[in-house]
Amino acid sequence: MTRFSAWNVFRNGLSGQKGWDRQWRDVEPKADYDVVIVGGGIHGLATAYYLAKKHGLKNIAVLEKGWIGGGNAGRNTTIVRSNYFRPGNREFYEHSLKLWENLSHDLNYNVMFSQRGHVSLLHSPGAVDAAARGYNTLRLTGSDAEIWGLEELKQEIPHLNYAANARFPILGAAVQRRAGTARHDAVVWGYARAADQLGVDIIQNCEVLGVRRDQGRITGLDTSRGAIGGSKIGFSVAGNTSRLWDMAGLGTLPIESHKLQAFVTEPLKPLLDHVVVFGVGGTHFYISQSDKGGMVFGGDLDWYKSYAQRGNLPIVQDVSECALSILPCLGRVRLLRHWSGVCDMSMDGSHFICKTPLDNLYLNAGWNYGGFKAGPGAGWFFADLIANDRPHEIVAEHDLKRFERGYNIDERGAGPDPKLHG
Amino acid sequence: MIRINCPYCGERDHSEFTYGGDGSVKYPALDASMEDWLQAVFQRENIRGVQTESWHHVNGCRMWLLVERDTMTHEIHSVRVAHPGLQQALEDPS
Amino acid sequence: MTARRLDAGGRIDRSHSLKFNWDGRLLRGFQGDTLASALMANGENLIGRSFKYHRPRGIMSAGVEESGALVTVGAGAKRDANVKATTCELFDGLAASGQNAWPNVRHDLGAVSNLFSRFLAAGFYYKTFMGLPPFEWGQGTGWWMKYEKIIRRAAGMGTASREPDPDAYEHAHAFCDVLVVGAGPAGISAALTAVWAGLDVVLVEQDFEPGGDYLNQAGPDADATRAKLLAEIVDADVRVMTRTTAFGLYDHGVAGLLERLPDQQIQNNKYLPRQRFWTLRAKQIIVAAGALERHIAFGNNDTPGVMTAAAARTYLNRFGVLPGKQIILSTNNDSAYGPALDLATAGASVHLLDARPDLPVDLVNTVAASGVRVTSGTAALKAVGGKQITRLETAAWTGTGWQSAGSENCDLVLVSGGWSPVVNLASHLSTKPVWDQDNCCFLPGETAAHIHMAGSAAGIWQTRDCETSGRVAGAAAAKALGKTAPDISKPEVGGWSHAISPLYEVTVPGKKLKSFVDPQHDVTADDVRLAHQEGFVSVEHLKRYTTLGMATDQGKMGNVIGMALMGEALGKDISDVGTTTFRPPYTPVSLGALTGRNKGDHFRPLRRTPMDKWNLDNGATMTEAGLWRRPWYFARSGETIKEAYIRETTTTRHDVGLCDVTSLGKIAVQGPDATEFLNRIYTNPFAKLPVGKARYGIMLRDDGIVMDDGTTWRLSETDYFMTTTTAHAAKVMVWLEELLQMRWPDLKVHVTSVSEQWAGCAVVGPKSRAVLEACVEDAALVSNDNLPFMGVVETRLKNGIPCRIARISFSGEMASEVYVPSDYAPAMMDMLWQAAKPLGGCLYGMEALGALRIEKGHVTGTELDGRVTIDDAGLGKMASPNKHFIGSVLRQRPAMMAQNRPRLVGIFPKDRDQTFNAGTILCRADEVSGHGEGWITGVTYSPAFGHWIGIGFITGGYQAWEGQTVVVADPVRRENVDVEIVSPHMYDPEGGRHHG
Repeated sequence: MTRFSAWNVFRNGLSGQKGWDRQWRDVEPKADYDVVIVGGGIHGLATAYYLAKKHGLKNIAVLEKGWIGGGNAGRNTTIVRSNYFRPGNREFYEHSLKLWENLSHDLNYNVMFSQRGHVSLLHSPGAVDAAARGYNTLRLTGSDAEIWGLEELKQEIPHLNYAANARFPILGAAVQRRAGTARHDAVVWGYARAADQLGVDIIQNCEVLGVRRDQGRITGLDTSRGAIGGSKIGFSVAGNTSRLWDMAGLGTLPIESHKLQAFVTEPLKPLLDHVVVFGVGGTHFYISQSDKGGMVFGGDLDWYKSYAQRGNLPIVQDVSECALSILPCLGRVRLLRHWSGVCDMSMDGSHFICKTPLDNLYLNAGWNYGGFKAGPGAGWFFADLIANDRPHEIVAEHDLKRFERGYNIDERGAGPDPKLHG
Repeated sequence: MIRINCPYCGERDHSEFTYGGDGSVKYPALDASMEDWLQAVFQRENIRGVQTESWHHVNGCRMWLLVERDTMTHEIHSVRVAHPGLQQALEDPS
Repeated sequence: MTARRLDAGGRIDRSHSLKFNWDGRLLRGFQGDTLASALMANGENLIGRSFKYHRPRGIMSAGVEESGALVTVGAGAKRDANVKATTCELFDGLAASGQNAWPNVRHDLGAVSNLFSRFLAAGFYYKTFMGLPPFEWGQGTGWWMKYEKIIRRAAGMGTASREPDPDAYEHAHAFCDVLVVGAGPAGISAALTAVWAGLDVVLVEQDFEPGGDYLNQAGPDADATRAKLLAEIVDADVRVMTRTTAFGLYDHGVAGLLERLPDQQIQNNKYLPRQRFWTLRAKQIIVAAGALERHIAFGNNDTPGVMTAAAARTYLNRFGVLPGKQIILSTNNDSAYGPALDLATAGASVHLLDARPDLPVDLVNTVAASGVRVTSGTAALKAVGGKQITRLETAAWTGTGWQSAGSENCDLVLVSGGWSPVVNLASHLSTKPVWDQDNCCFLPGETAAHIHMAGSAAGIWQTRDCETSGRVAGAAAAKALGKTAPDISKPEVGGWSHAISPLYEVTVPGKKLKSFVDPQHDVTADDVRLAHQEGFVSVEHLKRYTTLGMATDQGKMGNVIGMALMGEALGKDISDVGTTTFRPPYTPVSLGALTGRNKGDHFRPLRRTPMDKWNLDNGATMTEAGLWRRPWYFARSGETIKEAYIRETTTTRHDVGLCDVTSLGKIAVQGPDATEFLNRIYTNPFAKLPVGKARYGIMLRDDGIVMDDGTTWRLSETDYFMTTTTAHAAKVMVWLEELLQMRWPDLKVHVTSVSEQWAGCAVVGPKSRAVLEACVEDAALVSNDNLPFMGVVETRLKNGIPCRIARISFSGEMASEVYVPSDYAPAMMDMLWQAAKPLGGCLYGMEALGALRIEKGHVTGTELDGRVTIDDAGLGKMASPNKHFIGSVLRQRPAMMAQNRPRLVGIFPKDRDQTFNAGTILCRADEVSGHGEGWITGVTYSPAFGHWIGIGFITGGYQAWEGQTVVVADPVRRENVDVEIVSPHMYDPEGGRHHG
């Protein structure tokens, strides 16, 4: 396997790119594995990578029903941040952010993590205080966080809407400088390539059709490429979790699948150097500019449950209004494409990395809006859970029983209504 | 745009409505067991296919409706008023 | 390319000359031109630069698939980047310039990247830029951040304005029976069939002229046909919308349309919008959106002077521009013979290279008669000429492969590699296109019942067949809607007399070529092969790894070729490689149009209370509370906000203050079971509330967390008046409706939102009764006996205004809330203020309201943040143990009943001269880190105490922290402050004052 470096890019430029191998092998599934991860997104691939790298496991497969990274890994707006403040979430996302910071070197794959800063606009003194509560917690728990006043914000981002007639005049911003964006597909391929080098079998076009059980254990999976056995099996399939859960005969989950749209404009020369976010007057919006130049943005869920990966007009209109409300210079800029992904929205807006009613089945799900940024951390903690058969203390409360205990991890305080946890 | 045929107002854009949730959930009595309440409030079938769901015609007649809709295709199979007495009155005005 | 405008012919108005500016030079065109046709007529070849290698690009098409001639139109605030010159209608005064180039498109320093292109293959950036070259030493993102700056500057295409767009945009809505997309031969026939069946038809056409391919055909026959059909369309009352793109199909027959108004027209009428975004709801949709001609990958096939054959025919027949003198046309199908004939007839020398070994003899004979030379088994291999093509190297088919076959001078190379039906709109609704090997194209696949594909969008090539197919679609739509329509047999897919021969790339062994698949993004055939070599074999991986299909044409140009090349590399048929998915919009849509008028201060509605003007007239400074605008404070001259609210708070506690509380939610709860209903939704008992009394109540969510609080007044046995918080007014209303309609349909209760119907003013302070006595008809009604604490009366003010009054207090003072019908709000305020003013009273706003309630330890939405239990808020005794209510079961879960949960407390600074902020973390003095022990939600200067105070939560409540120093940590804003924790009921804890 050729190492990725400027030197090898140069050499291959001279040789007509002959020296590059497949980035991951195309393998036939074996009959049995020590660990089978279902779901070839960032989470599944990262889990396999950390199982092999950190825990030294050898015989691992990742099953993907389509092509790796074809779900939410390739459909999100690529924002990476750790500004969550509930206990557990705070430490989890901080750990994930730290993994992000060295991910390109770790994987020898440029995932283009751009720590350009995440700027949440604030529009009222009350909003400043509410943000300060979270951002103070960030600082006290060892992360970076700042509150910018209007003057500082104007210097950093000169062409936001500072007009007096703005419906919600901007007062300042809460900022996490280490946050930013990354190239989402590269993260998928980087984990796949690195996992593959450690011997992980990545099996595409392998859809799970049934779950084999023996009493309280899961013994294997019936797939579109035959039966595959696993001593330990992990589900990491986001919006499709309920289907697998049902196949395993485990009943219901505190999860609903909703769709979230994403949007990109035609490419432009650099216009916005940060991730800018706001939520005021019942709206929710985030925008950044990709390295290719497209303005990438999104907002609320479509509000109704859906497994269809396409969106509807009201949200298209809503996010456009939001975009122009803070960047009125985008009026003539054109929307190039909009698409959508299926989000596994949980009952308190937080995730599950936990054991299940079956001894050797493990669950990683309930990622709401947070799945992309969580990817490295989710892989790390899920691998830790599978390898050690016990949750790490940071995710100890992120189990399915927490609602029974009355321990909701609710960042928004929205309550048990999945659609409200955007 | 999903178009919902409100029994009172006719076919309207879904932006006039708000989505409630899984309409098949039976909320238990106020004095029911903890287990029943946990099941109703937190557990969801999350159907991929035709499900019964509640919608509120919030910018219309403000009636809660039960809609059978396919979560894969968004196709709507039926719409009825959630309140059984009102639904009955619509079906049999006498 | 040595194009020239012909003296006659075309569908432009030569009597109407238009001036326009291209890169600083004044040029002329005619009414009916596009920017592209006008540039071509003026001999401009080099129009744009490509995304990655900055290669020179000319006009490659005549439509929405354009990948070369991308320009910036306008300047300043009206700067419009990435405009396709081929779809830009020319108008007088248009100013356009080249983009993605410096200093200009003709001489672009960025073109240096082309020299290094061998190192810049697909995905190279994933393999480097991580650390210090050459071996990527280092850690973290530092190096990448430096590279990224440079990469971002090189990427992008045009530059957007930094100023707000001054133009207006509108939203519009429409309904119809049948929407027909595309006013070409199929679309017009479909529309006529449907309208003649008695249906209401909307026909949209993205071009500024209706007619579709009729506009591109030679001769007077096409004109006559078009004129006749358009007359029929008008006659039959089809609603025709030109310059209107159906950019997306959505669920249930909804289409998004973008209508562009002619620039000339909006310049002359300031009331017209630039564009309209239509939401159209159609019962049936006929997609007759045409087909796009494909090119073929060969060496330097992006050189200016290479375009599709159909484009050349369009420039000739529609715009009267002969695009070249010495033309070589390379094709694999019959459709190119028409353009060859037209161009030769117009005087060009045309050499047609047909890749097929067996020529279509009838077509060859026809074109040969006009002087076209036809060579079989030959194709374009490599264009030569840099900024303008001068020569074409060709290749000949040996039976097993291509070999070089010499070269020929030329000034224009036309390519026709087959046609791709516009399946995009059907694809928006998740209909997967299906590969048709006979016609070498994707067909729409099986669409939903209300979608009908017609014409070349359905893979039907001949004009006559397209017309028939349009009639078939129109009839099908009519029948689906219960109308009678003629039975017409459906024309077969295809329609060429000689089969197309698959040809996607021409290459010869041993020759290094740069053959573009997706020219705008500089994706080459070698890039596709590299993707295959590295395992990116699925269509989606191919797209993402190479960026194929992600340019502003969204794969209209290159997708099929890319898939064909991948199929070849895999040894599979295209149908086994996968399918192509198109997302909306079909062509890019401005954010301005999607936003419409909802911008600036119209971004979201502004809610004003009925005494908004009264407040402003009386000196209020306003603040935002959700969508509401409410008085913040009433400063006297020279007062700061702090001085003002301290005075207002003090005056209210000593004398009397008035405050607009209209924004509180108000709900009429009526019916025989209203009492039972309230008893179920509130935690505290409501069963025995007497008529004429109010009660403070708390509602929980199902999960036992506090949802909202407020007072409910009993007006009669069956009639209650409920107030909610401002923030949760709408949510509570929806919740009550859900409970009554879905959970408890047996309860006979009706709820009505009356928030808009009643305006409210709080009259607060020791002299509040005096104010009321001066204002109501019968002063005895508001005596302490008749209106005790929590008492309610319904009466009239002295001027006859009906009102309802309750003795309730949010401030701890003796106070009442007075409600009148909204229209009387200013009159009520006049009356109350005239009474309060002589008593030394004041008006107060949100800031003083906050100070008063913090002093008393009353909670608001800031405290009740959706995670707080009734016990956390210190209101546990309001949860009745003797009844069941919403949330009563789930609130008993162990973690919610834990004793060490953060509880509501008051906070005093240790040093009484110090202040601190809300949004801060309460920490043990020996551990100022981590999540802390609690947090502060509200802070005010307290006139009652003479120092700053706060309200917040801390583990175990104030009893647990007696005598201890706690640190307020505020690292994001200021230094830490030592505080002590006190009871939340800081002021008048016994509550004597509100009893008066």
